[in-house]
Amino acid sequence: MNWFINFLGSSIGQKVIMSLTGLFLITFLAVHLTGNLQLLVNDQGEQFNIYAKFMTTNPLIKATSYLLYASILLHAVQGIVLWRKNRSARGGQGYARKVTKAVGTNSFAASNMAWLGIIIFVFLGLHLYQFWLQMKLGKVPMAEYNGEQVKNLYVLVAEAYSNPIYVAVYVFSMIVIGYHLLHGFQSAFQTLGLTHKKYTPLIKGIGWMYSIIVPLLFAIIPILMYFNIYPLSSFLH
Amino acid sequence: MKITLKVWRQGGKYKGEFVEYKLDNVKEEMSFLEMMDVLNESLVQKKEQPVAFEHDCREGICGTCSMVIDGQPHGPQKATTTCQLHMRSFKDGDTIYVEPFRAKAFPVIRDLVVDRSAFDRIIQSGGYISVNTGQAQDANAIPVEKDVASMAFDAAACIGCGACVAACPNASAMLFVSAKVSHLAMLPQGKVEAKKRAQAMVKTMDMEGFGRCSNVTACEAECPKEISVNNIARLNREYLGSVFASEKIV
Ligand code: SF4
Ligand code: FES
Repeated sequence: MNWFINFLGSSIGQKVIMSLTGLFLITFLAVHLTGNLQLLVNDQGEQFNIYAKFMTTNPLIKATSYLLYASILLHAVQGIVLWRKNRSARGGQGYARKVTKAVGTNSFAASNMAWLGIIIFVFLGLHLYQFWLQMKLGKVPMAEYNGEQVKNLYVLVAEAYSNPIYVAVYVFSMIVIGYHLLHGFQSAFQTLGLTHKKYTPLIKGIGWMYSIIVPLLFAIIPILMYFNIYPLSSFLH
Repeated sequence: MKITLKVWRQGGKYKGEFVEYKLDNVKEEMSFLEMMDVLNESLVQKKEQPVAFEHDCREGICGTCSMVIDGQPHGPQKATTTCQLHMRSFKDGDTIYVEPFRAKAFPVIRDLVVDRSAFDRIIQSGGYISVNTGQAQDANAIPVEKDVASMAFDAAACIGCGACVAACPNASAMLFVSAKVSHLAMLPQGKVEAKKRAQAMVKTMDMEGFGRCSNVTACEAECPKEISVNNIARLNREYLGSVFASEKIV
């Protein structure tokens, strides 16, 4: 087992942890987005609330959610460890002038992953406090659908995004996530050694699209809610 | 050309600071190092301590001429070592910052000279072939596909200059190590010890205090030999394959 512990501590091992947890979080984003899009259904939150109940009570999804919390923490902690290690490897004396170019990736994103990550982590704190913690501990108004009592998470969300400051914070955070993904998506594959003349352009292309489309769709939701626009119709009834 | 230089001086009477020098008679066809020679001659005449910098071949093959010129290792011209950089890349009246390669694993010895022996120790830990590979004709008897030979040769073009480390925001040596591991792993003679090599060289690289690669790719952008970051992916593959699929523990 020693060899495995050594691997986890090696430079490549540490990066592999970032890569695997990162890829898991990337897939999670897509799942989260399908949930959120239901906020735009014009049924005062019925479909969204029923979906939220399913997501918080289904045992399989609950189990996956613990894996998710663990991944988020591991990704964040390992990221900080790497960041500190890399800063110290740079040495105390910085360059008076420094040009950082990049090949095939966004150089701003690539060289600021830690800062982008820290902003995302802070946003996540707020986000979990606002919704997740309230669902777990706080007083959430109830709604009744077909005689069944369901926590009305929709009201919580709608209230939050009637505040333009929250909307702005949310949209800003999505831009930050977009940049983080812009480098992170393809970087995860490179770290695992998954490069290929034929497939890497495809991976990079999907990465670019993913990092633009997913945060964009996320960001649109609170904006539309702010303006009371609900363009989707329910498929419940 | 008139050029103002801001040169990092460290050692002797200098604590570690930029010192400004003005040169009035720089010729466009001078190489950057020739301009530094002119500066040093004038300093010697004034009985001042000349600027220490490394150089050897002055034809872009030895990799000793390490300096960061205006924020870029080996200066602004792509795929060019400092010795091959000419003053026509600059404009009359320019102010140019000249700094040593900076990284914890490359401590400054004096002025622009840094200690890059960490690279030597990485090579010593596995960047060689120790099995008997026979004579030259034996090598010719082993078929190697041209494309593979070319890729191995591209990786072997690394001159071990350290610009990748100097350019990397993380001071990572992955491009250098990956070039060495790749060029040997792609050829039949090097494949024999590839598993052990990947683990051993990464281990030494980590011990020498280089940072962790986060795929910024600044190394490839600044490498005078245009070593591709595809080699880093190959090193990752070699390393992961060696750790998980071989019985080697290094
Ligand atoms: S990979 Fe390029 S920059 Fe790094 S040591 Fe080799 S030649 Fe120099
Ligand atoms: S002096 Fe040899 S490469 Fe520049």
